[in-house]
Amino acid sequence: MSNHLRSIAFGLIGATAMAAPAFAVDLDITCRCVIGGVNSATAEWIEESVIPAFEAANPDINVTLNQFGGEDAQLTQQLALDFSTGAGPDISAFDGFLIPAFAEGGQLKSLDELIGEDYANWEGWDHISDGIRSILSYDGETYGIGLGTDVRMIHVRKDLLEQAGIADDWQPTSWTDVLDAARKLKEAGVEAPLQLNAGVAMGEATTMQGYWMALLGTGEGVTDENGKYIVESQGILDVLNLYKTIYVDEELGDQRAQLLADGRNRSFANFRDGKTAMLVEGDWFYRSVTAPGSEFEVADRDNVMSWVKMPAEEPGAGIRGQDFVSISGGTGFVINPNTDTPKEAWKFLSFMMSQEQMTAFQDYQPGIRSRSDVPIPNSPFLTETSQTLLPLTTARPNDPNYNSVSQEIQRMTEAVVSGELSPEEAMAQYKAAVTSIVGEENTVSLL
Amino acid sequence: MTTEPITSKPRRKVRNFSLLSNRAGAAFMLPAGLLVSVFVIVPFFWVIFVSFTNRTLIGRTALNPEFVGLGNYLALFDPATFFQRGQFGFSLILTTQFVLASALIGQALLGLLLAWLIQTVPPWVKRITETFVIAAWILPEVVIGFAWFAFLDRDQGTLNALLTGFGLPPGDFLLEQPFWVIVVFNTWRGAAFSMMLFNSAFSSIPPSYFQAADVAGASSWQKFRDIGLPLIRGHIVTDLILITMWTFNTFTPFLLTNGGPSYRTELVSIYNYRVAFQDFQFGKGAAVGVIMMLINLAFALVYLSLGRKKAPKS
Repeated sequence: MSNHLRSIAFGLIGATAMAAPAFAVDLDITCRCVIGGVNSATAEWIEESVIPAFEAANPDINVTLNQFGGEDAQLTQQLALDFSTGAGPDISAFDGFLIPAFAEGGQLKSLDELIGEDYANWEGWDHISDGIRSILSYDGETYGIGLGTDVRMIHVRKDLLEQAGIADDWQPTSWTDVLDAARKLKEAGVEAPLQLNAGVAMGEATTMQGYWMALLGTGEGVTDENGKYIVESQGILDVLNLYKTIYVDEELGDQRAQLLADGRNRSFANFRDGKTAMLVEGDWFYRSVTAPGSEFEVADRDNVMSWVKMPAEEPGAGIRGQDFVSISGGTGFVINPNTDTPKEAWKFLSFMMSQEQMTAFQDYQPGIRSRSDVPIPNSPFLTETSQTLLPLTTARPNDPNYNSVSQEIQRMTEAVVSGELSPEEAMAQYKAAVTSIVGEENTVSLL
Repeated sequence: MTTEPITSKPRRKVRNFSLLSNRAGAAFMLPAGLLVSVFVIVPFFWVIFVSFTNRTLIGRTALNPEFVGLGNYLALFDPATFFQRGQFGFSLILTTQFVLASALIGQALLGLLLAWLIQTVPPWVKRITETFVIAAWILPEVVIGFAWFAFLDRDQGTLNALLTGFGLPPGDFLLEQPFWVIVVFNTWRGAAFSMMLFNSAFSSIPPSYFQAADVAGASSWQKFRDIGLPLIRGHIVTDLILITMWTFNTFTPFLLTNGGPSYRTELVSIYNYRVAFQDFQFGKGAAVGVIMMLINLAFALVYLSLGRKKAPKS
């Protein structure tokens, strides 16, 4: 073969190799979901329902699901690095509270900027309330589409309460009620009756399920009504003393579960195995963690498991004068700001959030979805919790510094739960740390 | 193990022989030089620059970092918080204790002991011992980390299974004694290097010295103290400096304890990682990095100057 022919041959091979990808678009989607593991239903839904239906309608787009099996904080870390270096999946699951920090840091672009007209004209926005839309919004711009919202409560083991002689229709109305019940349970032989999340390892689960749920019961939030961070207050001290009572003074909870790296799964296992009778968690714990077929499935769940509202410290002492408190967040999906194919990514994301696919999701895991045209499944748990708790609930501050402050909250609780520091000392460290993050002018002391 | 002697002034005249012309030499150096500058020298100065800013990975200061001068350094050395758990000073002290206990005492002593003992045993025992000790050294860190985690777990761990099997009470090692766990771990992990180094040092001693000592009726301890030790003194110093540097920078304990519980095993390398990549404070993380570089530089200078001192004698 002459050199001339050879160069033509190589040229052709090169051209075909380059040309092939131009016809097909590859999309990657990542979520903290693993079939048979964490958030299994989400993974199954995307893999079995969304992707096949989407690829059938768009034969030129290939979609791959990356099942991320690590912790929430690790996914955040991965995405923060990926999105700032132009790498990462085209679409990713995302927790709403991180939107402000990512948006300010340039790791996310608003859908308006990234997609434009297709985004503004999407039919779904007519069926998504402003409240839900605001979960993935910051500063008037929308950064993603939410899957739904959640609420938090105390999940209880009815069988264990019964053993300890606590009435079937028990609803605590103060922290004292909760602690008294825990003491009775402990006497009845329940190893770690009460679990209120704390510590660094659990990440945002500490702040949301543990600290916030207690703090709201003292009538305070992490910030005051002007958006200033409260760095010293009786409320913070009361919460830290509650932790101290539970984990250090009376050992009513499993301290190891708050200190070890795999602690959250430990707390789930404790509940499953009947070692914990009261666990403060989100409705996700019912929908996904303890659902039939999952790792932490509670045997005979309908008869064994129930829930009560989280009481304020004293009746009427909660935030806005409430007797009971709850806090809500929400997750959804965002598009990588550096994706080569924003149009296709949006096409997939909006398809995933279409009425048809969202309704299909209900078969995998019933929940309250972001779209109002997706019927709420006939699940007493969901109907009751949403009716009772949504009117009581609170949202986290939509602030780019919230994530850093939340980490300081996790440290503060860990210092108390491990017995290292007294509540006063821990609060003093918290004050110093938060002041250096947000600046003294954005903090306030209530002592 | 010793470094090349640095060419001193009188020798400079002998620079006649060369394989290539200066220009060709420079051309061959260029690709490597470019790689080194792109991946080592530029990042080095970049880290120093970033350490004077309040740059973060996410949030407002990600795109618009401000120059804060020595702010990050002053915050690290703030006497009010310096010794608090989870602060820079605490992890610096912790790292010093870790280096003393696991490298200088653990690895070097255990390595020396093993090296001495296997001089006298039958060759097959020597070979088996070497294989096991070296296996601990060459296995990938993640595998090792996982194996130790499984070994020490309170509920399903091998160690507790053994302890209860012998009728001893089980322990909650990772939570209650995390510091000693990582000390033992690092000793186990790194003793092989010291053993190999000392082993080759002992082998270089002429056997006739020991035979003469045997004739004179010396005990094993006397042979070790009066013949073995003095003749390998240079090797010991080299070994101590190398393992000090490695242990100072090691990150593997993170796989066992995540730096916790409550920062009780947060060595400076882990502290640096947390500040930069978990708290996303690049500016402060870079400042920690710069301080670590300076400490390493000090070690390296000691190491180099020792090499230089030895050179003229030989």
